[in-house]
Amino acid sequence: MFEALSDRFEGIFSKLRNRGRLDERDVDEVLREIRVALLEADVNLTVVRSFVERLRVELVGQELSKALNPAQQVVKAVHAELVATLGGEAVRIIPAAKPPTVVLMAGLQGSGKTTTSAKLAGWFRSQGRQPLLVGADLQRPAAVAQLRTLAAQIDVPVFSAPDDVVASATGDPVAVAAGAVEEARRLGRDVVIVDTAGRLAIDAELMDQVRRISDAVTPTYTFLVVDAMTGQDAVTVARAFHDTLALDGVILTKLDGDAAGGAALSVKEVVGRPIAFASTGEKLDDFDLFHPDRLAGRILGMGDMLTLIERAEQVYERDQAEEAAAALLEGRFTLDDFLAQMQQLRRMGPLQGLLGMMPGMPKEIREAQIEDRHVNRIEAIIRSMTPAERARPELIDASRRSRIAVGSGTQPQEVSQLVTQFSEVQRLMKRFGGMGSKRTRPGRKDKDKGRKKSGKGGGRVTGKGPAPLPKVDFEQLADRNRVPGGGLRLPGLGGTTPPGLQ
Amino acid sequence: MELAVLVLILALAGALVAVALVFLRHRSRTAAPRLGTADRSDRVARAATTVLEEPVVEETPVVEETPAVVEAPPPVRPSFVDRLTRAREAIAGPFRAVLARGALDAGTWDDLEDALIGADVGVELTGELLEELRGVARERRIEDPAVLIAALKELVVARLGGRDRSLRHDADATNVWLFVGVNGVGKTTTVGKVGHRERAGGQSVVMAAGDTFRAAAAEQLATWAERAGCDFVRGAEGGDPSSVVFDAVQRAAARGSDLVLADTAGRLHTKSNLMDELAKVRRVADRDPGRVTECLLVLDAVTGQNGLVQAEQFTAATALTGVVLTKLDGSAKGGIVLAIEHRLGIPVKLVGLGEGVEDLVPFEPVEFADALFG
Repeated sequence: MFEALSDRFEGIFSKLRNRGRLDERDVDEVLREIRVALLEADVNLTVVRSFVERLRVELVGQELSKALNPAQQVVKAVHAELVATLGGEAVRIIPAAKPPTVVLMAGLQGSGKTTTSAKLAGWFRSQGRQPLLVGADLQRPAAVAQLRTLAAQIDVPVFSAPDDVVASATGDPVAVAAGAVEEARRLGRDVVIVDTAGRLAIDAELMDQVRRISDAVTPTYTFLVVDAMTGQDAVTVARAFHDTLALDGVILTKLDGDAAGGAALSVKEVVGRPIAFASTGEKLDDFDLFHPDRLAGRILGMGDMLTLIERAEQVYERDQAEEAAAALLEGRFTLDDFLAQMQQLRRMGPLQGLLGMMPGMPKEIREAQIEDRHVNRIEAIIRSMTPAERARPELIDASRRSRIAVGSGTQPQEVSQLVTQFSEVQRLMKRFGGMGSKRTRPGRKDKDKGRKKSGKGGGRVTGKGPAPLPKVDFEQLADRNRVPGGGLRLPGLGGTTPPGLQ
Repeated sequence: MELAVLVLILALAGALVAVALVFLRHRSRTAAPRLGTADRSDRVARAATTVLEEPVVEETPVVEETPAVVEAPPPVRPSFVDRLTRAREAIAGPFRAVLARGALDAGTWDDLEDALIGADVGVELTGELLEELRGVARERRIEDPAVLIAALKELVVARLGGRDRSLRHDADATNVWLFVGVNGVGKTTTVGKVGHRERAGGQSVVMAAGDTFRAAAAEQLATWAERAGCDFVRGAEGGDPSSVVFDAVQRAAARGSDLVLADTAGRLHTKSNLMDELAKVRRVADRDPGRVTECLLVLDAVTGQNGLVQAEQFTAATALTGVVLTKLDGSAKGGIVLAIEHRLGIPVKLVGLGEGVEDLVPFEPVEFADALFG
């Protein structure tokens, strides 16, 4: 998500990279380009205007830091503005003092309310709550049926009007919602999520209906569900719903597309309510709290190590991670380890998303379409090897190669490609480990040492060896996510496209 | 993607994650249990089916018959301007600022730019339109803002002119109209309304529930088919949409219906496997006796600049023949279709102006421009 905007910014900043100083004309030029970039990302016009004005004050009016070059100064200022516009930290959901906690979902048709209601129920469940879903969309044919199907997948009960009333499309959603709170008390459910019908912000009658639903259930939280692909109208819609319902936050959906997500930037600024959750895929667990501070880094191509690490922590066992890291850095890295790695990575979610979160990944890699079946092929090849072959790939001769190819349903060339590339990687890792080990291995003790150096650019070249590699300091890398300024390249990936990557 | 490169990427990614994790191990472990992953594999399974070309009839489809009783009320065509008045009043006309100035000055051009960008026309096309307008204003020595806006309207109408906006219907084949688009734009509803319209026009119509992914999508279309008195074909949930469409074509041919309206699952244009699946649906639908005579992108009128990317991707996969702009009554904007017609030459054919069945109407450039600049 946000690649389009991210790429635009990258283009703007790269032009500044070699500049000594910025005069007023340069600043104007940069601001003009930023304005266009934001408008093309569907950020609301008025928001763009104030954003650019604040940025101008920042860039022109103040004594600029001498330690940073112009590109870094601009990145830093834009980052600060983005964080300010998106609004600080993630929203904290605090349950109602007297259960049940009632959550009201509202929005335009097709923004994804029903699916999002189910995802939110799933989220509450993962927080140890007992949600009840309420089908108060009695308008769209089969909306309640959709909610029931989704709810069954996450094992959450649904309350709605009787089936014949739902089928007749004449039921009263206000009565359903009011009844649901009673039902929740009876069943001992502590969270009630009310899915309402989609409605246009200008439809006075339906807006009045949703107001009556709100009055009937006095929601603890009222969320507006907004499609990330919404254009300039996002703000008008949000304002209309806010005036009617007093929103507590916004849930942004369909962020897994290539929408520039301007709506995310606009709504907070205009309505003063934050993005509370974001939905990033079609699966029911592709849904989480929204972290505006992290998003700013992502928009500016600085990656999002924090989210990455959180995901990793859910998947990796601690010892396992340490073992893997050590093996990697010491070069005792076999195909078996690689296989295990790959499986862990896949459990963390779609590879595409993971790559996008890594700082300094070249654009070509972030955008590369990595499909599961490509990865499956690699897995199949490794699984067709004997343990000895996995430990010592050099054993693989022509006859073994054809056996492996037959076993995995691939071509012998692919097997040798994999083996060659793997030994490359092994070599690379060894270098990488050898250089980083002094600082990286003992961990905490040397943490401060690493941090002092973080002011300088990310990659320094060692100057020795046929393929000099930049050092990577992971402490610094994590810091970089918070303190903007310059990209960090992974060893071996430079800024160039690896061969064969289109 | 070359295998070798993939290995490199995966190894590096793994290394990065593992090492970073070791360093940040002091961070408190948030042990929130993940949700069940039962539904993880479904999309992968769908991807797999896209590779297969030939086995079309895998699941035996349930063919539901609905009595074809329909008393067709002559459709009264609502006008854009009537329908959009509500929306236009809710959103204070940005062009009023231009008119309020009384005379042309530098601010006029800024206001016009704001108005066009605010209508999602896009930065680039807005620039082009205003450049053209400046030329016209100089040439005709326009000084009255009202005249200037009228001239802008003319430019927009001229850009939208000269396109065939009718829905193609061949007499010698089983016509298939395919409806594609991202999630939540109103594909199923559009299929329902078009079915209603064509049925009222005397056609015998088969609706194909090609959205086998979204929960209860088939039920939603079934309701529409019943209301409109159309035949209805569905497959198993999670089944292959191509087979549903194929069966619908077979059924239509067997019963002498000459129009199949095929719904498809909403999909983001960035998911290449799902776009491949869609391309396959189109290929299968195009086999004799079927012929895809319309492939329509359904687009929500509030969509911003992403609409252009959507149109590009969908036309690459399925060769679009037109656009259906839905929910225009909510925003009175939809300026992105200007960019789509301009850049890609794909005409807007139908417009949704309200929730009623009769509210889906043919696109009229003049009325659209009137509404846009109201």
